This record gives sequence, C-alpha cells and structure tokens, in this order.
Amino acid sequence: MAEVHEITKKETVFSFGKEEKKLLSDPINDNNPITVQVLGVCSALAVTTLVDKAIVMGLAVIFVTALSNLFTSMLRSYIPKQVRMIVQLVIIAFLVTIVELALKAFNYTIWKELSVFIGLIITNCIVMGRLEAYAMANSPWKSFLDGIGNGVGYSIILVIVAAIREVFGKGSFLGFKIIGPTAEYALNTTEISWLGWYTANNLIILSPAAMFIIAIIIWVHRASNRKLIDIS
Amino acid sequence: MGDFINIFIKSAFIENMALSYFLGMCSFLAVSKSVKTALGLGVAVVFVLGLTIPMNWLIDYYLLGEAGFFKMDLTFLRFIIFISTIAALVQLVEMVVEKFSPSLYNSLGIFLPLITVNCAILGGSLFMITKEYNFVQSVSYGLGGGVGWALAIVAIAGIREKMTYSQIPAPLRGLGMAFLLTGIMGIAFMGLMGIDPAAFK
Repeated sequence: MAEVHEITKKETVFSFGKEEKKLLSDPINDNNPITVQVLGVCSALAVTTLVDKAIVMGLAVIFVTALSNLFTSMLRSYIPKQVRMIVQLVIIAFLVTIVELALKAFNYTIWKELSVFIGLIITNCIVMGRLEAYAMANSPWKSFLDGIGNGVGYSIILVIVAAIREVFGKGSFLGFKIIGPTAEYALNTTEISWLGWYTANNLIILSPAAMFIIAIIIWVHRASNRKLIDIS
Repeated sequence: MGDFINIFIKSAFIENMALSYFLGMCSFLAVSKSVKTALGLGVAVVFVLGLTIPMNWLIDYYLLGEAGFFKMDLTFLRFIIFISTIAALVQLVEMVVEKFSPSLYNSLGIFLPLITVNCAILGGSLFMITKEYNFVQSVSYGLGGGVGWALAIVAIAGIREKMTYSQIPAPLRGLGMAFLLTGIMGIAFMGLMGIDPAAFK
C-alpha cells in the first residue's frame, strides 16, 4: 500500500496545474515582492539607474531565489529548527558566490558597476523571506516555481523603475540614445524646435527618485487593485 | 584621531547608509511605524554594526587575505564567511545581552535576530572592503554607519507617527507614503554632502 502511495506521489511531483500556475502569476500582481510584501527594496534602488544593470540584477535574483528555494525545500526535514537561519544563509551565500564569480568572469564592467549589490542579494529579504514563508513547508518543485515567480515579480518592478530612470534621466534606453541636445540622439532637442524645452532631469538619476517612482508604482498598483489598500 | 572622527562623520551623515545608499530598507520600512520600536532597532543596529565590521576586518585580513594565516587568496569565500560571522555574532550578542541586561533584551525583543538579514549590516562589511579601510577606520566606519542608520529610522518614524492624522489618498496610505517620505528625507540628507569632513581634523 505504501509503495502505491509513493508512486502516485512521484507522478504528481512535476505536475503543472492550476495551483502551480498561480504560484508563478501571484507574485507578479497580487503578491508582488516589492510593492506588496515590501521585501528586497534595499538593492532595488541602487541598481536601477540603467536598464542593463537592472536586467542583470533581476536575472541574478531569479537564479538565487529559484535555486535556494529548491535546495532549502529538499533539505527542509534535515535542518534543525534552531540553526535554520545559518543553514539558509550558507545556501544563499553559496549561490550568490557562484553568481558573482560568473559575472566577474563573463562581464567585468557590469560586475564593477554592481559592486557590492551582487553580494547584497544574500541579505535581500525576498530570498530569505520566501525560504521562511514557503520553502520550509512545501515540496521542492512547488518551491522552485515560487522562487521563479517571486524573482520575476521583483525583476519586473526593477526593470520598470530602471526604464523610467534611464529614459527621463539620461535620455537613453539600454544604451541607445533617444532624446538629448546633440546629433547623436534620435530626437535632437536643439534641432526639433517644438522639443527645445526638453532637458534630461538630473534628479531622476539620484537615488531618492527611485523612492518616488516606486511610491508612484505602488499608488497606481493599489488604485487598480483595490483589495491591496492598507486599511490601518 | 582626526581620521577616526572624519570617517565617523562621513559615514553617519554624508554617506548615510539608510538615506543615501538605501540599505536595510526592508526593516527600515517595516519597523518605522512608531518611534519607540524604531529606537530599539536603531540601538541594536549600532551595536551589531560596531561589532561586525571590525570583526570582519580582522577575519578578512588574518584569515582570507594573502598576508593571513593560510598564505593564499581566499577572498572568494568572503560572502559565506561574512554572513556566518554576522549570524554567529548576532546570536552571541543576543545571549550576552540576555544574560547581563534582561531589560535591554526585552526592549530589543525580536529585532536582534532580524538584524542578521538587514542589508545594512552585510553592506557595511562589503563597503569596508571596497573602501580599503584599516582596522581603526573600520571601527569608526561601523559605529558611524550604525549611528547614521539609527538617526534616519527614528526621524522617519517620527514623521510617520504624525502622518497617521493626515488625509492621504487611500492607495497611497501606509507603504506608498513611507516610500515618498524616505525619498524626501534622502534629498534632505543630500544637503549634508557639502560638508567637508576634513574640517573636523
């Protein structure tokens, strides 16, 4: 009897049904790590001056959340309760070290620009928060999907903020020059007379502007999804 | 000594961890609802930053560096070692405080274990490495960074307490307003960038 049970359990391990789909889609809207759970804001602000930095950071976080969720979930019955923090941190730190060394080897300039913020993925509250809230209590496959979902939800906000900051602060997008005062730009503000008033907003490059942009994103998000409104 | 004060002022005000690097934002936004709890967390952060940064400096220099015990470059282990040191030290501080000052332990409460995953703590250690400080400078950097972070969270908590009485659009209430306030405070702290720390030498 036990054996039969084992087999049916194995068949459902990698299933992809409604519940699994919800694991992926939930963090993108209803339970977004940044705008709803307020996790992982620390690194979200410093890396969003340029879109390419934000994309690299997002990919790194997806990798770390997915795999750390998977490994913690696999080990969850062997981890003693008292030292679980340290075990989780060692798993995360191991994965982040892999990301850092890989990035240093393949794209040194981006590594240099991100500097300590790759290391700070370790203490990025999303990773730790999902381990505590989800991976310690659920099966590896579901935890893996939950990790990917949360990583993607985080990256989407990161890329939106970075796009706003790069376009309006520097007049470029992913390095392509869009709007600015010289002939290099696609929209040359000195030649097109009705755009003559436009100058890139330097405030948006500064880090407080990221705070304002996230606040506006939260505002728009909660206005369109009213069940998220803070009642307290 | 001049160097010590110089770095202290620089890390507390000009390069404030919370308001110019935005480190430790998770607990910063979650705990800044009342001044009392904010003060508790602030004190705990000063405590832990002041201890972990010099500690990690010693470990980095005497164990991981080329000049250290193993005579080879083990700096790729930094993340794992640093975060383990922080976790262990937080646990130790918790036990010591519980033993010698139960009243302080009760007031710090759940904040001490929370601090392990505060980005400002690990960030402080990593910045200490990239800025190539020596031991005395790292002590000053740890204390200054902690004091700056504590100041920032208490200031924000004070404003947020007052904010509960104002009419804010419903979707912006709570979290959205906290983000806006932190941004405005960040701009205010930028005014301190004009200070020349060398004047305190």
